[in-house]
Formats: sequence, structure tokens, C-alpha cells
Amino acid sequence: MALMRLTSPHAHGPMSTQRVMQSVLLATIPGVIVLTHFFGFGTLINILWGSIVALACEALALKLRRRPLSFYLKDYSAVVTAVLLCIALPPYAPWWLIAVGIASSILLAKHLYGGLGYNPFNPAMVGYVILLISFPIQMTAWAPPRGLGELPGFMEALQACFTPAAYDGVTMATPMDLLKQNNSLLINDLWYQYPQFGRWSGRGWEWANIAFLAGGIWLLYQRIFTWHAPVAMLVTLGLLAAIFYDGGSSASGGSPLFHLLGGATMFGAFFIVTDPVSSAVSLRGRLIFGALIGVLIYTIRVKGNYPDSVAFAVLIMNFAAPFIDYYTQPRTYGHRNKRAGE
Amino acid sequence: MADVSYKDLSINGLWKNNPAIVQLLGLCPLLAVTGSVVNALGLGLATTMVLIISNTSVSLIRNLVSDAVRLPTFVMIIAAAVTCIELLMQAFTYELFQILGIFLPLITTNCVILGRADGFAARNSLGPSFYDGLIMGLGFACVLAVLGGLRELSGTGALFANMDLLFGSSAANWKVVMYSDYQPFLLAILPPGAFIFTGLIIAVKNLIDDRIKKRQDALKARPVKGAKRVRVTGAVS
Repeated sequence: MALMRLTSPHAHGPMSTQRVMQSVLLATIPGVIVLTHFFGFGTLINILWGSIVALACEALALKLRRRPLSFYLKDYSAVVTAVLLCIALPPYAPWWLIAVGIASSILLAKHLYGGLGYNPFNPAMVGYVILLISFPIQMTAWAPPRGLGELPGFMEALQACFTPAAYDGVTMATPMDLLKQNNSLLINDLWYQYPQFGRWSGRGWEWANIAFLAGGIWLLYQRIFTWHAPVAMLVTLGLLAAIFYDGGSSASGGSPLFHLLGGATMFGAFFIVTDPVSSAVSLRGRLIFGALIGVLIYTIRVKGNYPDSVAFAVLIMNFAAPFIDYYTQPRTYGHRNKRAGE
Repeated sequence: MADVSYKDLSINGLWKNNPAIVQLLGLCPLLAVTGSVVNALGLGLATTMVLIISNTSVSLIRNLVSDAVRLPTFVMIIAAAVTCIELLMQAFTYELFQILGIFLPLITTNCVILGRADGFAARNSLGPSFYDGLIMGLGFACVLAVLGGLRELSGTGALFANMDLLFGSSAANWKVVMYSDYQPFLLAILPPGAFIFTGLIIAVKNLIDDRIKKRQDALKARPVKGAKRVRVTGAVS
């Protein structure tokens, strides 16, 4: 194709879409290793199968839209969406669950809106929320972490994915779930009573979160994104948790460390909130965007119906991103500060 | 507008000017009750009946009502028709009446009906008005039924469940189970599914229209015998 139509900015930099996406993929590796260590091969199989489906969906959408196949397939964006969604899915999810999620991400959330760079919502989180609303039973079945149950082997994990009817898995309430359901035990008693809790947060979960934090910091060092949104989100979440910790009573929302190292916090902060397409653009806007996501995560976790809420919080703020951008336009060089919209 | 042709009316109501997917009127019931074929058909048929009654009555009294009070009058007529249909459904299809609930009385506020009354029946004679009501209603009901079918199929893996609510006990075994161990896909049955599937139906309709238009353009562009090419002298043989 002689004339490739690409969206702005047209400036040449050392960062191609391909390189950014590759870096994001590399940065997920520590987190995936920790998840595999604690929960078995489920996550890996999710990712492998999800990537295949994602590439197939991407190719289909590109073909229908008459876009050059190899150019867009090689930018890894579909694979990144697949990997992010598959990390969020419970390990040992059946194949159709993953396929439905990936297809909704790629076809509905990405290509219906015009493809990479045009999607107002984070595709991986759209896929996740569609699955969570449609298949609540399968989506809340988390495997017990290492040490609390037999971890299935690789072949068993394959079986769980592709012949789910024949697979008899063990599931266990996640720490987030336990804290949500608890209304009679002090936090300390809760910790003694259930082995799912670890040192600061959930067993296995805390290390997965630390691994994602490490990957995120590496991405920050590589200047894939700025620090504003993730830091704002983590600080707000930590602050709210500290304010409402309530000394560890039975009505407590959980300690700041529990929230920061529990559930999908670090994964969300560094891999979802930082999505350059669906987040706010200006630096001030990103601070507001991240902070409000933190508020929403804490509120929904403690007051809402779902144990974890990163996906909902991010999607709600994706709605608000253009609005935030409208009011936080930076001053143009050489112009005086103008009120937005003038 | 004395020279309305029934063929044009049919094409308009069913396809070209379809109330549900072209005019995008009456989206509230479209999105709310099309979770299954039986609900969709029930509401679609009720709307059709109301459209026929209101169009006919409006057309009959169109010369007696002054312009100033025409809208309130039309709304009164529509409300009366809706009440009749509602009572009929309560009498004959009580369970469906309960399922459809508030959306039956809400037919009164459906823009399709007032739109056709004011836009068509108020200016046309009895025959065309009756026919327009029938066709517009059928166009609306068709879209509702297709949408209900798509959502029921993807949501539950079966089709035509509980048809006995509408067609009597002989229809109780019309249910077609496509996949026996299908996991219910809740999103399709919940309201967001209605938005997504309506969008897809509209997209397919536009795609078909595009194809038809291209074909017609291609036909038009074909040189007819005896026509002259631009900057070419002589006739095309």
C-alpha cells in the first residue's frame, strides 16, 4: 500500500506502537510468573489461547474493514489486549469464556469504535466486565493458591480449559471476597481464621501485586507512560483505606497495605489506568483521572456488590476522560491562560 | 396527498422508513422487552393494533379537528386505543400482560404512533391511513421479533420459549433448543444487549442498502445503446 493513512501525531520518535506494546508485554512477565507459581498453569494457558483468539479476531475485523493485515497484526496491540484480559480472568477458565471475552474486547470495544487509537474504553476491561456480568459463576471461581490446595498440572490445566465439563476443579474464596462477606470478625481474627490471607494481603496475591509493581516501575523507567495516573490512583486508594481502616474492627474496609497489594490494584494501576488511548491526556488531567479511579475502586470494593472493582472504576473514568481533558487543557505556548471552552 | 400508492407505503413501512431501525422511534420498548421472541411479538402486535386503530380514527376525524387542538385529540385517541388493547391482553393473555407490565400502557407515549397519526393519517383518507398503520406496525413488530430472537438465542441458547403465552397451549412445545448445555449469556438478555444488537441490526440494514445502491449505480453507469462517450466521437455500438 503506497499511501498508509495513520492518525496523528505524525512526529517521528524512537517509540513505535510496536515497541511500546512489546515493552508492555515484557513488563507483564514477572507478574505472570508469580501468578503461575501460586495458581498453576491456568494463567499461562489463558494467555496462550487468548492470544490466538485475539489475533484471529483482529485479522477478521481488519479484513472486514479492508485494512492492511500484516501492518496492524504486527503492532502487538491485539496480543496486549489479550494478555491483559487473560491475566485478569480466573485461572482454569473454560475456553469459550476466554473466547467470548476476547471477541468482545477486540470486535466490540476496539474495532466497532474505529480500531487502535479510537477506542474510548479500555478494550480488555470491556471484555472483563462483559464476562463478569454475563457469567458471574465462572468469573468468580478462583483457584486456591499454592499451599492451600493441590495445584493442577499442565495437562490438567489444558483439560480444564478445553474440556471444562470433564474437569473437576477446586475453588476458594479470594481474600477480597472474604473481607467483603465478613461482618462479625475483627480483622485480626479474620486473618487467623482463614489461610487465604498472607502477610499483608492475600496469600499469593501480595507477591503478584509486587511483581506487577516491579513491571510497572520498569515501564516507567522506559518512559512508556508518565507517573501521574498510577501514582495518583495508588495514593488516593491508600489514603482512603487509611482513613476508613477503623482500627481493624469488623466493619473495617481493610488496611491500606491490604488494598494496595490486594486484588488487581498494581496490575490496574500500571497496566490498565495507563492506557494512552482511553485515559486523560494532559498531565493535570491524568492526576485527576487516576485519583478518581482510586476513589471509585475503594468505594466499590467496600460499599459495592463486587469484591474487586478495578475494571468498573476504569470504565467509569474512561467515560469521564474527555470531560477531564476539556477542563485541564494546558496553556498553549505564547498564549495567556484561557478558560476552557472559550 | 391523494396519490399514495400502496406499494410505496409497504416499502416505506417495512424497509425504507422502518420506524424501529430507520426513524429510531419507540426505542424504549424496543430495548426493554425484547429479551425473548414471545415478549417482543406480544408488544409488537399490541403496538400494531394500536397503530391501526389510531390511524383509522384520526383519519376519520381529520377534517373535524382544528389544528390548535389536534395533538391532544390524537393523544386521547391513542390512549383510548391503548387502554382497549391492554384490557384485551389482560383478558386473553394474562401472563404475557404481567410480563410486559408497564410497557403496555407506555405504548401511548410511543413516538411511532403519534408520528404516524400526525404525519400521515391527519392528511390522508381512510384506506391509506389504515394500510399505513398496519404496515408501520408490522415493520416495528418485525424488528422487535428479530431482535427478540437474536437476544433469546444468544442469551439462552433456545428459541421460541413460552410461546403458549401468546398463541395458546398448542404452542407450548414450539421451543427449539439449539445447544443443550449452553451457558446463559446474561449480557444479551440485559438492556446493554439490546443496544448492541439493535446497533448490529442497523449496521446490517445499512450494509444491504449500500450494496443495493452500488448495484443500481453500476446499472445506471452502463452505457446504453446509442449513447455517446465523453470526448469520444461516434456512437457506442
